[in-house]
Amino acid sequence: MTGYILSRVLRAALTMLVTVTLVFLFIRLSGDPAAALVPPDAPQEVIDQYARAMGLDQPLWQQYLGYVGGLLQGNFGFSIHTGIAVEETFLGRLPFTLHLGITALALAIFIGIPIGALAAIRRGTALDRFVMGFSVFAFAMPNFLFGLVMILVAALAFSAFLGGENANVIWPALTLGLAAMGSFARFTRSSVLETINAPYMRAAEARGVPFGMRLLRHAAPNAAIPLVTLIGLSLGALVAGSVVTEQVFAWPGVGQLLVRSVATRDLAQVQFLVLVVAFTMVMANLIVDMLYLVIDPRIRAK
Amino acid sequence: MTDTATATRTAPSIPLSVKLAMIFVVCFVLFALFGHFLTPHGFRETSLFHRLEPPGTEGYLLGTDARGRDLLARLVTGAQITLVVAIVGTVIGAVLGSLLGIVAAAQRGKTEAVIVAAIDVQASLPIIIVALFMLAMFDNSFTLFLLLVGLNGWEVYARLMRGATLQAKESGYVTAVRALGATPARIYLRHVLPNILNIALVQFTVNLPLTILLETALSFLGLGVQPPLTSLGQIMSEGRDRLMTAWWLTLLPGVIIFCLALSVSMIGDWLRDRLDPTLRSER
Repeated sequence: MTGYILSRVLRAALTMLVTVTLVFLFIRLSGDPAAALVPPDAPQEVIDQYARAMGLDQPLWQQYLGYVGGLLQGNFGFSIHTGIAVEETFLGRLPFTLHLGITALALAIFIGIPIGALAAIRRGTALDRFVMGFSVFAFAMPNFLFGLVMILVAALAFSAFLGGENANVIWPALTLGLAAMGSFARFTRSSVLETINAPYMRAAEARGVPFGMRLLRHAAPNAAIPLVTLIGLSLGALVAGSVVTEQVFAWPGVGQLLVRSVATRDLAQVQFLVLVVAFTMVMANLIVDMLYLVIDPRIRAK
Repeated sequence: MTDTATATRTAPSIPLSVKLAMIFVVCFVLFALFGHFLTPHGFRETSLFHRLEPPGTEGYLLGTDARGRDLLARLVTGAQITLVVAIVGTVIGAVLGSLLGIVAAAQRGKTEAVIVAAIDVQASLPIIIVALFMLAMFDNSFTLFLLLVGLNGWEVYARLMRGATLQAKESGYVTAVRALGATPARIYLRHVLPNILNIALVQFTVNLPLTILLETALSFLGLGVQPPLTSLGQIMSEGRDRLMTAWWLTLLPGVIIFCLALSVSMIGDWLRDRLDPTLRSER
């Protein structure tokens, strides 16, 4: 078990290190960072001065060590447009994204998983076909279209304006959570179908365990194992989706900041956000791997 | 989809929903190829006297945008670009990912370690974030955009093909041809590849709608296909500010994107069930 934990932590650390290295290399490849910082008509001496100040005259490996060291000490850089530390801007927007993301994930879990389980229990009925149809619909629906339709419907039917900081979180959250909801429903259905027909379920039935008890105590723990992976994986889809959803609803979160920074080519801000996303995802995967220890006794035994 | 699968096993007829999806895809391709014959206007041709005409206006079947450009002509060009990016992008990802996966399994050792680490890194970064990072670093050109969209899902191919190749290497037929003195190139090209190709083909149909959605999302954000070129997502982003007054500018391309992604993924699901029923519970 210690070996399992150690190997997962090492793998996470390695993934993060490779990501940081790649980000560093691509920033260096993209052109002269000093030239990007100064006005286009600046004389060469000014560019050189900036380059020296940024340590660009040192060999590449020294720059790399300096870069990693800076990250470890929390020096993430400053936005070239606002001059504010990139992490400060990020932290100011984080609450909005967390509010939206957590609501979306909650909607996906508390609607997607029950309807998926229901579809499996009532297999072959109209309800089952409806749930499967819904999951296909949710998979193919572009979130920007769904968001725009929602804005249009709200404006025409309720004469409400959806967007900005004062808008109700439920509409963007539904938009963001739709895809995850569909995949949760689909996955839960197949996972429950697999467990529901397992030999131990028939054994439990033969022992006279009531139906509800069989579902809760026998089927649910086994069906939950792949679902934990799925929820961990869906985090990436949520991060990706929030970029588009925040843009559609003018939600002032991290996703909107990222799109804006890319459009204005604010490199310091972009690279910080990319590293934050990578770190979040690596941590989420690590947590999922650790959760396995709790919910899957087979791994503990190894 | 399980019901469809059981149905196809007993009677190999195509379900109605898949037939409709196929008809839509055929219509979409025909629209992209020959749609220009439906309108006298070019997709960049502006007309100040015909701004924001609603659908059904004479001479402008689907209306015009804020610069008086014919929406039908723009949709045809947008459909072409979206189609090209989706197909070329998916092929890039499939070839690159499969190749890396097979090489990793064939070489083992350091090569494999590097490729597996790359797979891990890609899996921890959503492709749209990678694409946004690259678009901030380098000047946005159509070639760069195509390559970035092509990266979508390569790690899934790599993982699947590595697993399949490792399995194939241990199988009897590979041991047999190796004992007969076949060169490694011959073993992998003539014997292993044909046996694992359908895994990549199935993944291709899963990936295609995702690539369509990635391209349209990036173009919708204004960071993908750039004017004067256009794509279905780019048309949507241009019409977004006039959603309330000129809904057709956003909703028409949006509905086309949705129907296309839906149709392709329905055909993909059906193909997957036909080709390999054991893969059904993968997603």
